[in-house]
Amino acid sequence: MSLAHDARVTVRPTAAVQRSKLRGWPEIDNPAAWTMAAILLIMPLIANGFFLIEIFATTLILGLMALSLMFLAGYGGMVSLMQLTIAGFSAYMVAVFGVSGNANISLGWPWWLAVPMALALATIFGTLGGALAVRTEGIYTIMITLAIGAAFYYFTNQNWAIFNGHTGINTVATPHFWGINWRSDIPFYYIVLAVAATCYFAVDYVARAPFGLALQGVRDNPRRMAALGFNVNAHRVAAYAFASFVAALAGVLQVWNYRQISPGSVSVGACIDVLIIAVVGGITRPIGPFIGALIFVLLRTFALDFLVKLGLDGNRFRLLIGLGFLAIVFWSSDGVIGLWQSWRRRQRSGAASSSGRHDRGSGQGSSHG
Amino acid sequence: MTRFVERHPAWALVVMIVIAVALWLIFAVWPQGLEDAVGRKRVFLNALFNGITLGGLYFLVASGFTLIFGLMRNVNLAHGSLYLFGGYVGYAISASTGSWVLSFIIAFILTALVGVLLQVLVFRRMEGQDLRQTMVTIGLSIVFADLMLWACGGDFYQIQTPNWLIGPVELPLVTAIKSSGEPVYLRYPLVRLVIFAASVVIGVAMWLALNRTRIGMIIRAGVDDRDILAATGVRIQLVFVVVFALGAGLAGIAGVVGGTFQSLSPGEDIRFLLASLVVVIVGGMGSIPGAALGALIIGLAEQLGSVYIPTYAIVVTFLIMVLVLAIRPQGLLARR
Repeated sequence: MSLAHDARVTVRPTAAVQRSKLRGWPEIDNPAAWTMAAILLIMPLIANGFFLIEIFATTLILGLMALSLMFLAGYGGMVSLMQLTIAGFSAYMVAVFGVSGNANISLGWPWWLAVPMALALATIFGTLGGALAVRTEGIYTIMITLAIGAAFYYFTNQNWAIFNGHTGINTVATPHFWGINWRSDIPFYYIVLAVAATCYFAVDYVARAPFGLALQGVRDNPRRMAALGFNVNAHRVAAYAFASFVAALAGVLQVWNYRQISPGSVSVGACIDVLIIAVVGGITRPIGPFIGALIFVLLRTFALDFLVKLGLDGNRFRLLIGLGFLAIVFWSSDGVIGLWQSWRRRQRSGAASSSGRHDRGSGQGSSHG
Repeated sequence: MTRFVERHPAWALVVMIVIAVALWLIFAVWPQGLEDAVGRKRVFLNALFNGITLGGLYFLVASGFTLIFGLMRNVNLAHGSLYLFGGYVGYAISASTGSWVLSFIIAFILTALVGVLLQVLVFRRMEGQDLRQTMVTIGLSIVFADLMLWACGGDFYQIQTPNWLIGPVELPLVTAIKSSGEPVYLRYPLVRLVIFAASVVIGVAMWLALNRTRIGMIIRAGVDDRDILAATGVRIQLVFVVVFALGAGLAGIAGVVGGTFQSLSPGEDIRFLLASLVVVIVGGMGSIPGAALGALIIGLAEQLGSVYIPTYAIVVTFLIMVLVLAIRPQGLLARR
């Protein structure tokens, strides 16, 4: 469990001064966060349709999936590789219950019925998978969740009655109401942004709520928590349920984004991509997965041109991703955020030691920055 | 065996009934009613034999996986890549020299070398950090998969079966009785039977090596408590390297086997990684007999499932895993 444990989130001391900060908005006094929020809000003015959807909306959707993994891994100590599978299941359910080009499969429900149905089913699916995974510990979780993900991929490939085999389900309808086509670039970007922001703050809140603190206690010492009277497995399964809901939301957005879903979207490689995104970004803070997703999407979109420009074979994108992932795992236990923090700390301690004081480790506990 | 019967009489009865029914299904001539209900006996026997031989292949892959895991607590998710690498090496050797046996030897040596390099260069640096090791193996599997795609392309390769193994043999199992009263015997590809026999031999040899030799004793002691083992003066790092080489080499051999009676292509690495994961989860982590039992169950479930319930075959495999996790989370034959 070293990766999650080496760089654990410091549980904040419950001093009276800290308490007011815990309850309030997380980053109310952080100018960098406000600037970023403003930039994200006015993004449609800056970026054209390609950047808005292919880069930023895709980043936010992938970031949501990685966020659900980050919640499980960072706060619960459970590295689940099936978060993309849950998202894919939810996407398939939207396509099956809603309206799509494959009329013999889709039931044709309106989106406001199909989406809650898909969310509920995918959450149940993820919770059941989680209940299965918590029967074993630590490293086994990866194996079992990977087995679930791979089994789902092969099942969607084999099954024609519900999942339409390897062709998948195409031309999935997207919502139109109040006279707006919600899949056109700008409204869709705002939907994705709203969902991503809600989930981000929800994860941030849950991590500070009693449930999240208990979950972090379970991560650090399950035996002691059990002795204190906490039901360890119930906390873990509840964490899976919450993370599954986040992943299911991402799945709905993804199927609206691409308007189709096929086994390729739930392949084992894609499952591992979500892990890569979360680890590269850093799994100790909710912002990490989004940073990781941005790096991943930028690499995926521009690696081809970049590699060709360097005179290399443009198809070696996955090699680049794999090597980058290896480098991060080798050198930083907490992804890009960890690199940034250790750089900041070095700068600060350099400044502090030159002025005679030595204030070690105080930068960890304070809020994001 | 007797202890099992004494402790779980009900389970022992169920197992015996299942074995009796299976034996009857294999050896008896099926009555007309049964043939109408489930299909021809030849189909059933073929699926059964395919399942058993596939189980042999799964055992070869999963035994290396479980050996490495048992000793080093390292979930080597690059094991599928080692399988595919062994297969490609075997294809290259057999295509250039024409020798099937030589391809096994070279594939074993080369994948074992890759295993040694992995252990010495990568895993020794992060001992005891099992999650980080697993992450590294994921990264390595991506890199390996892309390098192999680069080198070999996306084509399908099949290793040439040697002449002396081509063609079916007649087994003394009656599939049907002709109207003239003459019995029809099952014909089955010889190469699959030979490969299955070889995997049984390898399995027995591994069991003997683990239970009857000094190095086996050291490995078993390492599985139980490697710190104490190191404290008694055993050079544990050397044991790690040997075991990793053996496990990787077995994956390489399995690659040649898989390339002979199936085919090699990108994506097969994931398939066999999944197979070894499920086999090891079902059989029990770190247990060689567990890997054998798990491989047999999964191989049979996959083949019988794909014949009798084609679109839900993978679900059967998956349900077996769920069932085992629900009843015995540590796996069927795990000690702890």
